[in-house]
Amino acid sequence: MDLSLSTRTVGDRTVVEVGGEIDVYTAPKLREQLVELVNDGSFHLVVDMEGVDFLDSTGLGVLVGGLKRVRAHEGSLRLVCNQERILKIFRITGLTKVFPIHTSVEEAVAATD
Amino acid sequence: MATVELRFSALPEHVRTARLVAAAVARRAGVDEAVLDEVRLAVGEACTRAVGLHQNAGITAPVKVQLIEEEKQFSIEVGDEAPRIAPGDRAPGAAGDDLEAEEDEMGLAVISGLVDDVEVTAGENGGQIRMTWPTAPPSAVLP
Repeated sequence: MDLSLSTRTVGDRTVVEVGGEIDVYTAPKLREQLVELVNDGSFHLVVDMEGVDFLDSTGLGVLVGGLKRVRAHEGSLRLVCNQERILKIFRITGLTKVFPIHTSVEEAVAATD
Repeated sequence: MATVELRFSALPEHVRTARLVAAAVARRAGVDEAVLDEVRLAVGEACTRAVGLHQNAGITAPVKVQLIEEEKQFSIEVGDEAPRIAPGDRAPGAAGDDLEAEEDEMGLAVISGLVDDVEVTAGENGGQIRMTWPTAPPSAVLP
């Protein structure tokens, strides 16, 4: 199992669909993808985690890094996740307070602060 | 003696292997199915931390994982050989220090959030994280 990444544009948002395992080995790929999007001017990101089987602190670090980057451009980074075992990691690290977490891509795309 | 012992070169690509082996041995030992996800994540965090410590210190020795089945409990020990320096001995402002320390703390935060019984020790010869989970009494084994 590796990491899969695909991006699409919905209105002014860029949806990054992530699948597989985000860990110390694969997280750099996700980091590169997020950095590339921000460098290309996509500042409103929705990261769809529904296809993620595993997430560790390295992956959390990459998401926090992505959030820092989009915020530097007054952008946003929203997550889509319904999986309890993934949500639990956000809860125990207190990151549910940092990331807006949505139940569907549609909801995340429509959301404004 | 450990039920299963694993040594791997301190490379990120081997952490997944350690997670898979640990989860398989934990399942066999009778760790509750609902807790296996936590075992997988905790051992992954501990191994990731050990890999980082070895890489940062330029240590070529492998990371050691011991999976220990005991009566009513299952333990995982992840050992590294990175010598710890007292905080005062660190060169102030050395590049990368803060980021590394931050990532290290996040991994430990996840472990302590997940595992009730965890011991972190470190000394001049390296460090170790020991995590323990209860196991269910062995049920009837199918042939």
